[in-house]
Amino acid sequence: MSIGLYRIDDRLIHGQVVVGWGQPLHAKFIVVVDDALRASAWEQDLYRMGVPPDIDVVFASIAEAAGQLPTWDADARVGIVVAADIATLAALTENCHQVRRINVGGIHHRPGRTQRLRFVYLTDAEAAQLKQLAARGIEVTAQDVPTARPVPVAEFA
Amino acid sequence: MSDLLRGVIVSHAGVAEAMIAAVESIAGVKDALVPVSNEGCDRDALNRMLTDAVGTTPAVLFVDLPGGSCLTGAALYARGRADLAVVTGVNLAMLLDFVFHRDLTPAAAAERAAAAGTRAIRVPAA
Repeated sequence: MSIGLYRIDDRLIHGQVVVGWGQPLHAKFIVVVDDALRASAWEQDLYRMGVPPDIDVVFASIAEAAGQLPTWDADARVGIVVAADIATLAALTENCHQVRRINVGGIHHRPGRTQRLRFVYLTDAEAAQLKQLAARGIEVTAQDVPTARPVPVAEFA
Repeated sequence: MSDLLRGVIVSHAGVAEAMIAAVESIAGVKDALVPVSNEGCDRDALNRMLTDAVGTTPAVLFVDLPGGSCLTGAALYARGRADLAVVTGVNLAMLLDFVFHRDLTPAAAAERAAAAGTRAIRVPAA
């Protein structure tokens, strides 16, 4: 198998990822791409608490993930790659052509962002970033859980 | 301690508000618990909500699941603070015990609540 889901979600590992997506995908590993979290063992332990013991959790910097992505993509198990923001996943796609689909799972309100969907708030710059990813041939959709309709980027960005 | 502890329930969706309504209905104790929902919150937003909910009172943060954004937010907020403690797996039994034992330290109250909640999990004979 390979990476079953590339997700942008500012909550990183939480119920929708572990249960909502992890169960139907039969995911056996989760890769969190986050430079700051990579440097904090204490926070990593917090995130691991929400993951069943049969699912491996890897914390990687953007640079580490870019190097390891081919290996993870060739893994016999299904994996999920999650990043907290668009910029991180966009950086990961720069040299990694394995990323063909991106799931926008949760980007919440902050000053400067406007609501695009119930679970997606974007600045104009962030919306433009998503459109740029789509223009490169990557399928970008917003979908918080698998049972929801995947909303094409043209409808929310 | 001079201040009675506050309980802050940190949950998904409307679980916290529903649990507080149930506690008030059963125990008749009001104003001991404050709800915080992670609905629509990123980490920063949840941190602000916790700040508002806790105020300046020592508190126990009751989190619904032993992992996920509620726990992450609560644990990060409480890290290094002796006036706060965190308990996961909140259930009605632990809250009912807590509201009558709010004169403890946060750490002691958290331990007591966890024990009360654990005792409530049973499988009655059919």
